[in-house]
Amino acid sequence: MSAIFDRLQALLGAEGVERDPHGLPCAVPESDDALVLVLQAAADAGWRLRVEGQGSWLPADAPADLAVSTRALRRILEVSPDDLVATVEAGVPLDLLRAELERQRLWLAIDPPGRPDRTLGSIVATGTAGPLRQGFGPVRDQVLGVSAVTGDGRLIEAGGRVVKNVAGYDLTKLHVGGFGAFGVLTAMHLRLRALPALDVTVVARGSRDTLFLAALELVRAQAGVAALEVLSPATAAGPEWTLAARLTGTAEGVEAEAAQLAAMTRVRWERLDAEQAAAFWTLVARGPLDAPVALRLGALVDSVEEVTALVTETLGEGLLTAGAGSGAIRWAGAPAPAALTRLRHAAAQREVPVTLERAPWALRQAVGHFGAYREGVGNLVTRLRATFDPRHTFQVALEARDG
Amino acid sequence: MTTPLADALARIVGKRWVRSQPAELATYAADGLPTHEAVPGLVVLPATKHEVAAVLRLLHLLEVPFVARGAGTGLSGGALAEAPAVLVTLTRMNRILRLCADSRRAVVEPGVINAKLSEAAAPLGLHYVPDPSSQTACTIGGNVAENAGGPHCLKYGVTTNHVTQVEVLLADGSSVVLGSPQGEPWGPDLVGLFVGSEGMFGIAVEITVRLEPIPRTIRTVFADFMALRAASEAVSAIIASGIVPAALEMMDQSCVIAVEQSIYATGARTDAAAVLLVELDGSDAAVAAETQVVEALLRTHGAREVRSATAPADRARLWQGRKKAFGALGRIAPDLAVQDAVVPRSVLPMILDRIAGIRDRLGLQISNVFHAGDGNLHPCISFDRRAPGEADRVEEASREIMEACLAAGGSVTGEHGVGSDKRDYMPLAFTAPTLALMCDVRRAFDPEARANPGKVVPVHLCREWRRGGEA
Repeated sequence: MSAIFDRLQALLGAEGVERDPHGLPCAVPESDDALVLVLQAAADAGWRLRVEGQGSWLPADAPADLAVSTRALRRILEVSPDDLVATVEAGVPLDLLRAELERQRLWLAIDPPGRPDRTLGSIVATGTAGPLRQGFGPVRDQVLGVSAVTGDGRLIEAGGRVVKNVAGYDLTKLHVGGFGAFGVLTAMHLRLRALPALDVTVVARGSRDTLFLAALELVRAQAGVAALEVLSPATAAGPEWTLAARLTGTAEGVEAEAAQLAAMTRVRWERLDAEQAAAFWTLVARGPLDAPVALRLGALVDSVEEVTALVTETLGEGLLTAGAGSGAIRWAGAPAPAALTRLRHAAAQREVPVTLERAPWALRQAVGHFGAYREGVGNLVTRLRATFDPRHTFQVALEARDG
Repeated sequence: MTTPLADALARIVGKRWVRSQPAELATYAADGLPTHEAVPGLVVLPATKHEVAAVLRLLHLLEVPFVARGAGTGLSGGALAEAPAVLVTLTRMNRILRLCADSRRAVVEPGVINAKLSEAAAPLGLHYVPDPSSQTACTIGGNVAENAGGPHCLKYGVTTNHVTQVEVLLADGSSVVLGSPQGEPWGPDLVGLFVGSEGMFGIAVEITVRLEPIPRTIRTVFADFMALRAASEAVSAIIASGIVPAALEMMDQSCVIAVEQSIYATGARTDAAAVLLVELDGSDAAVAAETQVVEALLRTHGAREVRSATAPADRARLWQGRKKAFGALGRIAPDLAVQDAVVPRSVLPMILDRIAGIRDRLGLQISNVFHAGDGNLHPCISFDRRAPGEADRVEEASREIMEACLAAGGSVTGEHGVGSDKRDYMPLAFTAPTLALMCDVRRAFDPEARANPGKVVPVHLCREWRRGGEA
């Protein structure tokens, strides 16, 4: 390990290398070029490498010969209000970007669970969307292009900084939710929106059945909501389940939609003031930090309730949020590995994938971020990984160890 | 004239579904872009995915390249096959396999015509959002290959945002299912990678797409401007206001004149420098509120006339000029090259000036009709390819426009694809390692590079890297 440390120091200078609490060498490159050097050295020497942001979401615990942290890549390179595009380095914390955007009356429609200072690299690499997915789509829809360094140290620029672009294969998509198996993200172009003039949250409490029914009514009636989540009691820190709707946009538009919500459903809505709303969504986002495991499932809109039931029956209620319109179900807790595998099998029969987003290495390695693929896909993924990471430098457990 | 290959294909699909006569093959020599031509070795028209698989297994065995083709409306020379490549035409695979209102999904074969899907979904109150101008002819399979867009992609996204699962037949005829019905990737996002891969990864034989509710209220606003720059600035102001219109389209004067001189005439005044169409949708109240804001912005930016409508027939009248623009432009000269490029919205006025300069210097007629809201330009060059030197000047103009768009931070294609037409611009847009990696990604799907050979990335760039990589 000392040899690796010395080699990294030679490449990056004394400032660019640290040791983690266990003595593992950790490279902290400050530029694309420095990262390229680290990856080239790793591939040449056959080092196994793990990538870290703040280490606040995916634990920095994969066994490796060295770690690379993106936390020194924390520059907001450009914010263009006219084009509604921001270019940021991968280590930029979300809250830092948010504050900068707000100053310019701009907004990034990504609200992932976790700490507010999660890095953009972590959010994009794990593809972690939050409730706003309902109104604005998954993380992939907000990422226009990325720069990344492959496992053998090639700097790749995929996509671009315009909202519409079909030049070449869409390599960006592999990096969004690729868990770092296809490269270390160094920077990304993000799609922005104007800061909503009004941002209102309303909540209703009650039984799961009642709230799902109300949510489905809203979906059918095309309620113009930015978020529509059914939340387990633990998630919203209450004795009952909660249905939360968020409305964003122009003041007139939001007020009109808010009035409609009440008319469309029979549940009793409570409108939160701005402070309460911020506290509410922060609580929902932070919840999973208290649990070792977070996972997500994608269910069709007419089976969200059924798949939610499958999750709670198999893993317990836990910290659960179900996007009633988006079909994105998230769960956090401390499941037994066998239960997780059982859930995967049962969900697969309904054509619902279960993605393990956050877990200790032992569990990630045992069951994989994705578990088993559909027939024929495994070969493709293996070949793609070999293309981006020919020396198997990245320590990422996409598949279940035992198939 | 038959060949052993034609006979073998005929045994799979039936004799009448294999074309081998030179006159028949010649009808497949071009797509919607008149500047590129190639004649396929054979054309085969399978009717089911099982037939496609059998065709691909046979071609795999014989090491024959192939090109998948839908309706042939593409605008990048993307579905051209050069002998001995076999053209696999998918227009017979035109069944909508499932249409589910509750889950808001449709499962379709690749040859389903885009507009037919929305027609079929309409009784359920749903529609398929991406609406390329060729939507009454183009197929969903072709849309997937090119990641097609359309006017309504500003608010709702392009094809890749509406495809959740694809069954793909790889070049050896084996089947893989990418994605999941809901859209959560089942593993790395291979649907996202496949959409827009221009037929070079395999053939999509079953496509699951999102259907979206038809908006409760739709209002179309029409405005004309005496200066192109004023219209561009109005576009920026609308976007900056926080309103995301369903569509935000612009036509320049030359385009308006072409429409008004055609059978599609709408009665629009032809002295305006530009026309804007803004479409707002959502709830009654939200649309009403946003209309006020948009109309005020249009006026403060110098709109001469602002009209709007919500009734379908009235909206159709406002849209008519835009929807028929390509048809009208097609009538003013023997040939029309519809170009496609993207710039950051903020440089629209600058780039339109540049295009005007290129037009004047090269003595070409260039009309602009485009998706202003997302900066996606369609300079349309009217020309006569038989006139000496004209085709060369069209190429020159195209290249200069592409270079200007790239220099402004844009892209060489927003929705038509690279195909044959833009391939040589790719080294201007991407670094050599990125292009080489694209070649390698393609080989992960198609190790022998037999699916749609020679498109997207110049072949020599693949080879260079491979030599280096294998050394």
